[in-house]
Amino acid sequence: MAETHSLQDMRQQAAVAAKVFIQRDYSNGTMCQFQTKFPSELETKIDKQQFEETIRTLNNLYAEAEKLGSQSLIEGCLACLTAYTVFLCMETHYEKVLKKIAKYIQEQNDKIYAPRGLLLTDPIERGLRVIEITIYEDRSFSR
Amino acid sequence: MSQIQHAVPDAPIRYTQICTRSSSCSSPQTSSSAAAAGTEPPSCTGHRGRTPRRKWQVFPGRNRFYCDGRVMMARQTGVFYLTLVLILLTSGLFFAFDCPYLASNLSPAIPAVGAVLFVFVMGMLFRASFSDPGVLPRATPDEAADLERQIDSTGCSKPPPRTREVLINGQTVKLKYCFTCKIFRPPRASHCSLCDNCVERFDHHCPWVGNCVGRRNYRFFYLFILSLSFLTIFIFAFVITHVVLRSNRTGFLTTLKDSPVVVCFFSVWSIVGLSGFHTYLISSNQTTNEDIKGTWSKKEGKDNYNPYSYGNVLTNCCAALCGPLPPSLIDRRGLIQADTPQTAHQSNGTGGGSYAPTQLHSHMVGGYHPGWLQHGGGTSCQFCCFHAAKISFVPLTFYIY
Repeated sequence: MAETHSLQDMRQQAAVAAKVFIQRDYSNGTMCQFQTKFPSELETKIDKQQFEETIRTLNNLYAEAEKLGSQSLIEGCLACLTAYTVFLCMETHYEKVLKKIAKYIQEQNDKIYAPRGLLLTDPIERGLRVIEITIYEDRSFSR
Repeated sequence: MSQIQHAVPDAPIRYTQICTRSSSCSSPQTSSSAAAAGTEPPSCTGHRGRTPRRKWQVFPGRNRFYCDGRVMMARQTGVFYLTLVLILLTSGLFFAFDCPYLASNLSPAIPAVGAVLFVFVMGMLFRASFSDPGVLPRATPDEAADLERQIDSTGCSKPPPRTREVLINGQTVKLKYCFTCKIFRPPRASHCSLCDNCVERFDHHCPWVGNCVGRRNYRFFYLFILSLSFLTIFIFAFVITHVVLRSNRTGFLTTLKDSPVVVCFFSVWSIVGLSGFHTYLISSNQTTNEDIKGTWSKKEGKDNYNPYSYGNVLTNCCAALCGPLPPSLIDRRGLIQADTPQTAHQSNGTGGGSYAPTQLHSHMVGGYHPGWLQHGGGTSCQFCCFHAAKISFVPLTFYIY
């Protein structure tokens, strides 16, 4: 049976039971890092190691985005010399890493979280404040 | 039935209804479903006034947006136009009256260098004025409710503390709760009372630039004042040279009679002073806000030091000027979707799906005393204001004719 579901239909069918927010970890300064503490609401849903692995990988990716390495320095100097017009045709390093992060989250959702009734929201959609994990209701759909 | 199944083989079938695609790529579906339902398509320009299409149109802060959300400025832009006029006027007069003489009698490189400096100054001014300074988007209703639950669970009868302490590089930093944005402000962030936004690494609100100066546009602001210092010194020096050279030939009074002379004396010292001050701030990795409040000064305590400083001047400068440029956290030009969570409303929390522009003001939550309203953004470009007061009583440029 050919089915075309709009996004709204799909989200309405799987009802949201709760939302968990993973807050930022500022112990290393203003760098974008998230707390790796395993929230109690997810205890029955996902393995602790798996969760920590996801958060750790995300933290590493954000650290790579904000790293003060030679690449970012060269990019910064080049941008300054061209009065920042170079960014009209080129993506910043940060933006490239954000795309990588979006792909990683997509992958994690597809492989690990969605089958367990969870959904990770990309932190950039929440202003890099929190990682929002939506817990869907444990309801069986007969189709 | 099988088209929607994208789960791994051993996963329970019931979760295939969860769409793992992010909201950003769902816009074609949403607009097509809206069109199918008979509502107006979002691209219909005739109805732009009635239905907001882009997120900037419902942005809760006190900002102004131009060019369909590409340009973002503060509400009061009068002083910015004054800055523009002053720079254009001074440079224009220099190029019109002094450059022809200097090009023919000294070197054509002089107007060329002047032109490059002028273009750089304007570029940096526009970049500092028009870009997002690093505004933190306000919390979604779910986030705000979750934070409230966490805060309330710590205290019982008396108002629970709205601060969190965090240890950064051995220094205890207090994170304050912002009642307007309903978030715990990250370290170094501050709420600008003029723009009504929390801004990351808030430096100050600059009326001359018509915007806040924060994490995303600090380097443009600094390069603007630095290049403006060079430009004003350059113009000042060559105008004097012009007068001197001419008066050698024709006498001082005749020179003054034949050509208008622009002397921008007072602005040189204020701009150069400001550049020097910001050079000091960059080298010690401090913001104007922190410096004025004396957050990291030794007077606060023997063990008080700046935990954000990298230790040496060169690294601090590189980090401030050549570090990676973070992206804007407020998706100004993003399309509004019906299922996008809207930011927390003022009183009744009926957000989510509402298209009405929200007017958010700081307010009390749960009847707490106004003393809890701690907005740290009181620093509204105090140095700039000082110079503004000084300059407004003294003509910035004056003619001797």
